[in-house]
Amino acid sequence: MKLLTLNFLTCAVKSCKSTSASFPLHPKDCELVSDTLKSDPKLLFNILPRLDWSALSTTASELGFPGLPPSAPTKEELEANEKLFHDLHTLLLETHISEGSLVCANCGHSYKIKEGIANFLLPNHLV
Amino acid sequence: MSRPEDILPPDLHYNDTEAKKYTTSSRIQNIQVSMTHRALELLDLQNPSMILDVGCGSGLSGEILTSVEPSEGGPHIWVGMDISASMLDVALQRDVEGDLMLADIGQGVPFRAGSFDAAISISAIQWLCNADSSEVSPAGRLSRFFNGLYASLKRGGRAVCQFYPKNDQQRTMISGAAIKAGFGAGILEDDPGTKNSKIYLVLTVGGSAAEGNGG
Ligand SMILES: [Zn+2]
Repeated sequence: MKLLTLNFLTCAVKSCKSTSASFPLHPKDCELVSDTLKSDPKLLFNILPRLDWSALSTTASELGFPGLPPSAPTKEELEANEKLFHDLHTLLLETHISEGSLVCANCGHSYKIKEGIANFLLPNHLV
Repeated sequence: MSRPEDILPPDLHYNDTEAKKYTTSSRIQNIQVSMTHRALELLDLQNPSMILDVGCGSGLSGEILTSVEPSEGGPHIWVGMDISASMLDVALQRDVEGDLMLADIGQGVPFRAGSFDAAISISAIQWLCNADSSEVSPAGRLSRFFNGLYASLKRGGRAVCQFYPKNDQQRTMISGAAIKAGFGAGILEDDPGTKNSKIYLVLTVGGSAAEGNGG
């Protein structure tokens, strides 16, 4: 699972829908892999306004990546800063969680990731 | 003729043998490819987008999303949800680009508001109509799915769901659930009245009703 996807994923448990504590999910005991993907400025600029920057900073620091700028760059800033563009592309689109868990800080539910596939199946009483 | 969705829930139907059969049958593949192209045409995406593939199975549709040429607005990235671990396993072996999730769309769509530019679904949402136990109803599953899908799409976003309704009642039940969730909805039918008839539910968020001949 790409770190980009994690920036959009929420806890699926019903009682977590209305609380902000259920986002982002927190990676636990995760193995990361890196996949080369051709960068696409159009894609990144499209997604940029929808990123939750503070969640991304949390995720990056929890996984041990160097700190991100304190606030999201604008499209113009990203266009002018090749290194930042490259770093963001690598972090969001080339970095995958292959094994581990994602944990909800609100309900404590742990979603397992195996071979990159997150298991979001819930028992009926949590839906 | 019995339909698999009348007999078994999809996670049981698409076991390893069925999953393999599904992805190695060239007839099924060709139909799925052409329906994916049709759905993409209806989505009319102008730029590389982030797409949710609902019931992504072995990633046949996703591979098409990945391979859309820049001159045609691509390539897109995608996240696929499927309830069948066997189908996702085939997707893994085929090394698809998209992110895969083992999830039941009838339990909802666990993404924050406005995550996706668009959603696509090929031959999946009729499965929502079979409840596999007494504690879950088709109406509840349809409502959780469409409410979740609606929220997860950005304003102005669009979803195209090709599906095989069992009968008119099911078709109305499905499109009705989408409208109740807030979508502008239209049903487009290709080759109506023939055995190759294909039904597409075209859904829009915060826009006017989509093209189509009404639901
Ligand atoms: Zn939770």
